[in-house]
Amino acid sequence: MLNDVAFGQYYPAKSFVHNMDPRAKIVLVIAFIVAIFLAKNFLGLAAVILFLILVVILARVPFGRVLRSVKMVLFLIIFTAILNLFFYSSNSELHILWQWKFITISWEAIINMLFLALRLFLLVMGTTILTLTTTPVSLTDGIESLLTPLKWIRFPVHELALIMSIALRFIPILTDETNRIIAAQKARGADFETGGLIKRAKAMIPVLVPLLVSAFRRAEDLGDAMDARCYSGAKGRTKYKKLTFTWRDLLGLLLLAGLITGVVFLNIYFGGKFDVIGWFVA
Amino acid sequence: MRIVAEGLTYTYNPKSPFASKALDGVDLTIEEGEFFGIIGHTGSGKSTFVQHLNALIRLTGGSLHVGEYDLADKKCKFLELRSKVGMVFQYPEYQLFAETVEKDVAFGLKNFRKGMSEEETAAAVKEALETVGLDYAKVRNKSPFELSGGQKRRVAIAGVIVTKPEVLILDEPAAGLDPLGKRELMELLHSIHGGWCKTVVIVSHDMDEIAENCTHAAVFSDGKVVMCGKPSEIFARADELLALGLDIPVTAKCAQVLKARGYAVDTDFTCDDFAQKVLALWEKEGGSNA
Repeated sequence: MLNDVAFGQYYPAKSFVHNMDPRAKIVLVIAFIVAIFLAKNFLGLAAVILFLILVVILARVPFGRVLRSVKMVLFLIIFTAILNLFFYSSNSELHILWQWKFITISWEAIINMLFLALRLFLLVMGTTILTLTTTPVSLTDGIESLLTPLKWIRFPVHELALIMSIALRFIPILTDETNRIIAAQKARGADFETGGLIKRAKAMIPVLVPLLVSAFRRAEDLGDAMDARCYSGAKGRTKYKKLTFTWRDLLGLLLLAGLITGVVFLNIYFGGKFDVIGWFVA
Repeated sequence: MRIVAEGLTYTYNPKSPFASKALDGVDLTIEEGEFFGIIGHTGSGKSTFVQHLNALIRLTGGSLHVGEYDLADKKCKFLELRSKVGMVFQYPEYQLFAETVEKDVAFGLKNFRKGMSEEETAAAVKEALETVGLDYAKVRNKSPFELSGGQKRRVAIAGVIVTKPEVLILDEPAAGLDPLGKRELMELLHSIHGGWCKTVVIVSHDMDEIAENCTHAAVFSDGKVVMCGKPSEIFARADELLALGLDIPVTAKCAQVLKARGYAVDTDFTCDDFAQKVLALWEKEGGSNA
């Protein structure tokens, strides 16, 4: 599992989406999330799903790979959905299916649960596609560029981006280190797989202490190396990779604008999410 | 314990774009009693191979027997195996964690020999620390982090040999040590080899180290064993080693130069033997025209 983290989520491929400007992709993801929350009925969400499928095809990432990333948050989605099922109260007595003390299950609760789960699912899918098609480095480049206006209020944008890219850069290194230390302690008979929660947590001490020591050592080395190359912050620094906005990004933004417009129209013409109840209950 | 690998295959990150084949059908036998050297450049699969030997990497293809342990068997007692096959990683000082040297060295014992009395543990720790050349009374209550680099490495090695493994594997044990440290380390390995430690396996880039110390060696390249035998046999094929991008010992370099000038030296490539053979050759050739 640790190896999954090592490369971030990035799935290397040559595709329309991979080639897009990271800034455009970040903006698109935010707009995509807006579209998800704008949708008031299932038709709107269906439009969002269609859009998502189109993007996955354009990104040339296998569907299984995208779904695998969602698997990790599946528990959270299910948990939220179940809470909603039990504690969502219906206005109409007719729609109540089951009741026990203060817990009720109504048609509204079921619909609401499905709607919420679908929304969360789509939200994770959308952001996953961003991290699958964008390397962490270009992602931070994009964020730095998008945050540039904040420099006017003296927000340390460059420093923030630097911290982010260093943190990202160190994930694979520290993952490697962790794997090595785990192997070394296993060779000395350490057991990480059995026992209860407390025993397992204690078993991690022989891994965490050396890891922390090595992280500090590396941080010092990196600081020295940056000093040695006369690093002095953002002032006068140029970029190795210049971000360029191309026709792909324009097309992407147009498509998403189309999606939002479509969702709004569907909202106006097809009512709210609870209308479907009418199909089941008179 | 005899180590027999047949058709050992291993792939990192299988079924992903990052898949890389580290081992591709490794057949290798290491007999009990050998001082075995594993040679190969970075990424040749040597580290992956040695991590199979104590089941740190689980077998996925081929077969591997270490003594009576069959590593393909899911019921194999891996913990017991690990106590008999000690493994010293590259830069082992980075695995130190406990508050005192004594506790750190005892870590392996506490894991492998549950129920061992305090006195027995202390005695074993003392013996291990003395074996690696440290003064037990002086270092036992020190924090491992306040020791020097060389001392840290000794403590780390003591932490592995404290269980007296029959097979001791060391991955680049001399990396980062000064010449004196290297020499002392090799002396240490020879002093334990032949006692409770029957077999020593070292992974190394340093050909002189292999030529001087090992009884047998194998050369890894691209996940395969391309040469195997006594160092004298391997280094006699110096051209092939150079073609693989590997180095050869100084003695082999000298032998090559001498050969180019028409003098064939039949040596096993240890410094001692090389010097003797060259002297003998010199005397035979008259010796006076120098």
